[in-house]
Amino acid sequence: MSAEKKTDFQIVNHSIPRRDGRVKVTGKAQYVADLRLIGMAYAKVLRSPFAHAKIISIDKTKAEAHPGVYCVVTGYDLDGLNPYFGHAVKDHPLLAIDKVRYTGEPVAAVVAVDERTAFEALEFIEVKYEELKGVFTPEQAMAKDAPLLHERKFEAGALRGFEGEVTAGKGTNICQTHKIEWGDVEKAFKEAASVVEGNYYFPMTYAYAMEPYVAIADVTDQGVTIYSSAQHPFMVRHDLKSIFNLPVSKVRLIVPFVGGGYGSKSYTKVEPLVAACSWKAKRAVKLQLTVEEAMLTTRSDDAYTWMRTAADANGKIIARQAKIFMNTGAYAENSPLVVEKSTNRCVGPYAIPNVLIENCSLYTNTVPASSYRGFGCAQVTLPGESQIDELAAKIGKDPYEFRLLNAAKPGEEFFPGMRPFDGTLKQDLDTAAQAIGWGTPLANGHGRTVAISGSDAGAYPLTSTAVRVHADGSATIMTGSTELGQGSHTVLPQIAAEELGIAYDKVNVVSSDTAITPYDRSTGASRTTTLMGSAVMEACREAIQQMVVMAADVLKVKVEEIQTVRGGVRCGEVQLDWSQVISKFYALPDGEVIGRSYIRKSGKFAALPVFWEAAATGVEISVDEDTGKITMEKLATVGDVGLAINPALAEGQDIGAATMGMGIGLFEELVYEGSQLMNGSILDYRLPRFSDLPKEVSLHLVQNQDGVGPYGAKGGGEASLNSMAANIANAVDRAVGVRIRQAPLTPERVWRALKEKNRKDRGSKIEDGG
Amino acid sequence: MHLQFTLNGKPWSVDCEPADTLAEVLRNQLNLNGTKVSCEVQVCGACTVLVDNLPVSACTYLAYEARGKSLLTVEGLEKADGTLHPIQQAFIDDFAFQCGFCTPGMIMATKALLDEIPNPTRDEIVHHMDGNICRCTGYLPIVAAIQRAAGVIAKESKK
Repeated sequence: MSAEKKTDFQIVNHSIPRRDGRVKVTGKAQYVADLRLIGMAYAKVLRSPFAHAKIISIDKTKAEAHPGVYCVVTGYDLDGLNPYFGHAVKDHPLLAIDKVRYTGEPVAAVVAVDERTAFEALEFIEVKYEELKGVFTPEQAMAKDAPLLHERKFEAGALRGFEGEVTAGKGTNICQTHKIEWGDVEKAFKEAASVVEGNYYFPMTYAYAMEPYVAIADVTDQGVTIYSSAQHPFMVRHDLKSIFNLPVSKVRLIVPFVGGGYGSKSYTKVEPLVAACSWKAKRAVKLQLTVEEAMLTTRSDDAYTWMRTAADANGKIIARQAKIFMNTGAYAENSPLVVEKSTNRCVGPYAIPNVLIENCSLYTNTVPASSYRGFGCAQVTLPGESQIDELAAKIGKDPYEFRLLNAAKPGEEFFPGMRPFDGTLKQDLDTAAQAIGWGTPLANGHGRTVAISGSDAGAYPLTSTAVRVHADGSATIMTGSTELGQGSHTVLPQIAAEELGIAYDKVNVVSSDTAITPYDRSTGASRTTTLMGSAVMEACREAIQQMVVMAADVLKVKVEEIQTVRGGVRCGEVQLDWSQVISKFYALPDGEVIGRSYIRKSGKFAALPVFWEAAATGVEISVDEDTGKITMEKLATVGDVGLAINPALAEGQDIGAATMGMGIGLFEELVYEGSQLMNGSILDYRLPRFSDLPKEVSLHLVQNQDGVGPYGAKGGGEASLNSMAANIANAVDRAVGVRIRQAPLTPERVWRALKEKNRKDRGSKIEDGG
Repeated sequence: MHLQFTLNGKPWSVDCEPADTLAEVLRNQLNLNGTKVSCEVQVCGACTVLVDNLPVSACTYLAYEARGKSLLTVEGLEKADGTLHPIQQAFIDDFAFQCGFCTPGMIMATKALLDEIPNPTRDEIVHHMDGNICRCTGYLPIVAAIQRAAGVIAKESKK
């Protein structure tokens, strides 16, 4: 329980070097791209040149006759499979069937002896299309004469992750709608002393995990085995089980090291396609996408938000209303959950008595959108935190003081029906403000702001684990959580070593093999430390309970006479460590004890969210008024993490997330012109580089042990991203007096806004007779 | 096509196609998978290796161009007794990676930098490393690791 505020930690709460350090700096860490199976073939994908078209015919005879080609797989070759997948909505065919819905959609795959041969054979596949009218924005998708992307009715996925219904497949292009409402918004806005209102746009972005999507499938009569760069192997297993109509026990997902995820590798991606290739080619097949292809696989939902926020005469926020339209692309993927989350995340982390948020995502003929770090939250934190500053300015309050006055308090049930707030925003804000020198003089053209984020995180609490304590006193954690770089292979052994009272180096981790490791729903939503960490802690305690019973048996005493001590047990004068207990029990220096735990939505995890993920960021920026270019002078991150199991890793998550958020605030944006993605390569998609590093950075953690996780820990690593775009927009306003309601704030956008402002200023001077 | 070069201090010869990139030969033929491939257009730096002590992007550098030259990959940094190179150790000590996919290229680019400028300023680090992308760390701990490694190497060379 979080009430148990242990502080005398031996291993936990220390910045122990990463468990995967040595393999990663020597090049020995294995990613799926590095794996090869004997007899393995290689697949390459033919993609649609059209955004929306009927497939009239596919002639693959020439390609199949090409030397070195084993087979060509198309949507017409999938008899015997259930070719549609999707954990939320089963709308996604593993290869286009009858029609294509976005430029870049997989239409056929060549399986050949090597990658180059497969690639060469692609050009011999002849596809005849009949082009259809496409829709590319929510507005176009909602138009009366809009063509329909999906004609089929959809099955709602059992694992969709939310309790509401699925809206998709009801004869419109609507993918999902969600609404939250409390209080009386209309009345509140009528009575308000001050109101701000505006339209905001948050762009499509690309996570750019440096390892593009890759999977190896081996489909035999024994079942389906897939090595994949997937964040959530158990969710992918569920899709594969349905596609091949197999029992769960016959589908095996193995995930080695993953080269970056950030949400983009959550849920099923290329696995169904590569499995179909293996099934057809009757051999193991590897499919390695290029970065350009990865950019045609997933992006984040872009969001058009109208929002208004009201305050009373005392500076209390009394109402917020928003209408959001999200562009989910051609397939739902995780967007229905993104819709729900972005709706909820319009509120937090403020206590607002009157709220009405309506959200609607639409299918369009663009790359499917899905999870992206903090999903849904950054999209609405741009309007949300912009309006806090806009409102503070309007009523003449300091934006930091205004936030302090309105932020949710510890223990406050600020979101009806949800877990009371479990963070300390005042301390977060104070720390961020102090770190960037709040209240000290600023140079001309500089702006300084703080912003906060509080999101309903942790996903669904369904997590299990086993901890095997061996006869030599070492232990192995069996975990379904995936090491994406976030450090789970370091943090989980820290918890086990702390609990078992053994050396950190004696704890090993086996992870993410669905045939071996117990079930864990997902590695995302910042949930691993809290949920898997709790599971590891409970499993260690259960192993200890078993070993107490074993010790009583060995010493021929009653269980009550056995007392646990660090690393073992004591009974009177006799002290045994775990190695002695196990070895004596089996009368052989070998064997093991298996501690287990099952976490479900019950007990301390009954209330959702599992925790509120809270963080503050502070920035100081300067604007070059001649070019519109923004320079990041200072950045401070404050992670409200309850307790950092490994402080260096927790801070590393925050600076990484804030840098991604800064990228979106300054320059990251996928640009469509009509049906074409114009910057679908890393040559054209601008990412943060060394030279974008803010001049001064400081990283802070707030550790009040107020989370439900081990020793009061909570998740982190997403919230620092969420507030960055708003922070930058607010700082620009304070620096040079222009309000930009769209990310990224590129030099061009800032420059145009400045020009417009100067024109207006001149105009008003003339009107004044000046 | 037959090629000979020195690789991590040892002579090697390989047969390859004229179109093979150095990354393909290293990874597919020589089983040196430490060199990672990401963007394939020479902008991310993940595949950085040293050819005659200078950093190149192995994803676009033809293996043929390496004939007769001396190559160093991430696998060549660790000493025979298992001691890590000071750059590798500094990356561990400063938590200068998360997923680790950019790390081999990042370490090789650092090697080239420190060979040229043993005690770089922060501006020099930023300038030299700007061609290497990391999506996890926000670069801050990498800058710290490079500075730490420079200090350790300077101390070692004084001994």
